[in-house]
Amino acid sequence: MKLYFKYFALHLKSQMQYKITFALNILGRIVMSFATVTGVLFMLTRFHEVDGFTVSQVLLCTSVVSMAFSVAEVFARGFDIFPQLLGNGEFDRALVRPRGIIFQILASHIEFIRLGIFMQAAAVLCYAIPKSGVNWTPNKIVTLVLMITCGAAVFFGLYIVYASFAFFTTEGLEFMNILTHGGREFGRYPFAIYGGGVLKFLTYIVPLALFQYYPLLYLLGRTQNSFYMLAPILALVFLIPCYAFFRAGLRRYKSTGS
Amino acid sequence: MKQYFSLFRIRFINGLQYRAAAFAGLTTQFAWGFMEILAFSAFYRANPAAFPMEFSQLVSYVWIQQAFLALFMPWGVGGNAVEAIVSGNIVYDLARPMDIYNRWFFETIADRVSRATLRCAPILMVAFILPPSFRMALPSNLWQLSMFLISAVSAMCVVTVYCLLDYMSAFYTMSRYSAIFVILADFLAGGVLPIPFFPAPFRKVVELLPFAAMQNMPLRIYSGNISGTDAVRGIGLQLFWLAVMLIFGKWLMKRSLKRTVTQGG
Repeated sequence: MKLYFKYFALHLKSQMQYKITFALNILGRIVMSFATVTGVLFMLTRFHEVDGFTVSQVLLCTSVVSMAFSVAEVFARGFDIFPQLLGNGEFDRALVRPRGIIFQILASHIEFIRLGIFMQAAAVLCYAIPKSGVNWTPNKIVTLVLMITCGAAVFFGLYIVYASFAFFTTEGLEFMNILTHGGREFGRYPFAIYGGGVLKFLTYIVPLALFQYYPLLYLLGRTQNSFYMLAPILALVFLIPCYAFFRAGLRRYKSTGS
Repeated sequence: MKQYFSLFRIRFINGLQYRAAAFAGLTTQFAWGFMEILAFSAFYRANPAAFPMEFSQLVSYVWIQQAFLALFMPWGVGGNAVEAIVSGNIVYDLARPMDIYNRWFFETIADRVSRATLRCAPILMVAFILPPSFRMALPSNLWQLSMFLISAVSAMCVVTVYCLLDYMSAFYTMSRYSAIFVILADFLAGGVLPIPFFPAPFRKVVELLPFAAMQNMPLRIYSGNISGTDAVRGIGLQLFWLAVMLIFGKWLMKRSLKRTVTQGG
């Protein structure tokens, strides 16, 4: 852990060397996230509500998903570019070092510019919190924190799956984007609006709804069931198959030879 | 002209090689289109009267958008132009007896067309046989279809000259900050939401910007949201912006090349 913080500080320092580049890149991410939020605003000022969710309630949802995604993006960057690491042989170097593989991938790349989305989403969250009509009790604050942290973990798991596919194909697979970037993009609305089939898929197979839709119902007081409050924790189970998949890929890995 | 045509052909055939990547992209785009339509249908259910276009028009809009994404997207093409500027390899390009602006233009167009060729057919095929509420419709008549084709070609050229401006910014920044370029173009061209969904006063302005001459125009003409003389006027707007950005781009290129210094090595 101490070593990880050392890496963390190192990455931060090196990325801060080019301050204007850093700022411009962050700005780019903020604009990107801003476009998503503007889209939501346009739709909800026109339609007033969707499935009974008002503007600020949807924005609450949008910002939580964006924050979770952004945290995962910062720390799982190593997995995101994993196909390149395999291709150029950098991964082989990691294999011979006396440290955990996952640790090394994590520590090798941390990208702080990806916090742009987080910053923008946090601002939206601050706007939505008082307006959403949520009666904030300690339980609900815990729920909100769980949504963001466990959400980050689920996105993190998806990045691991993305990386694991590279063991088999060497190339990155674009279709995972529908779950990672698509998860953020479509997570701007509560997942229930996409209908029962999509909701079931996002509950039992890729548990994006477990940290978004169900706890949101609890926050908004639509249900008192505390199971809904703890649903984000259940989503963590998803990390087990992700890790197993990564292990399976690693076991059959032969170097690309470069 | 012949040299540019062969350049186009080389790039086009080159692009056709990546079939597995195309297949992976295909599934993504298909799922993406599906989710878009599901989201819009939730809003439609909430308040059909507030829906600014017919639902079937929206469905066609989304599928054509996904099928021809590569033609109209303002990102992800022509990366080696920027690389050439930053790495200094541009001197090789300058040594060739070929206008560099035109060269980049045709290369980018070739990339777009080859990618779209690989991807459009399967998406369109599936979109035509889906259950009725998700099914794509044909344009109402042949005239509308031909308007769509003209508009699609113009939109592709407009977005390409726009991208060339973005590449050329690398002459000044030595790096690529295209995020803002890209997102602006994507959003204001109706990539996230079709322009009819924008609030009224804002929409009036957006309809006149160069971004409205990008994917917005062909997609809405195909779906029948813009028809008759409006379609002709729309294509006029596209040609106007194409001319403006082309002239500006050529001028900028000349100016940038004049002050470019490449260090040897």
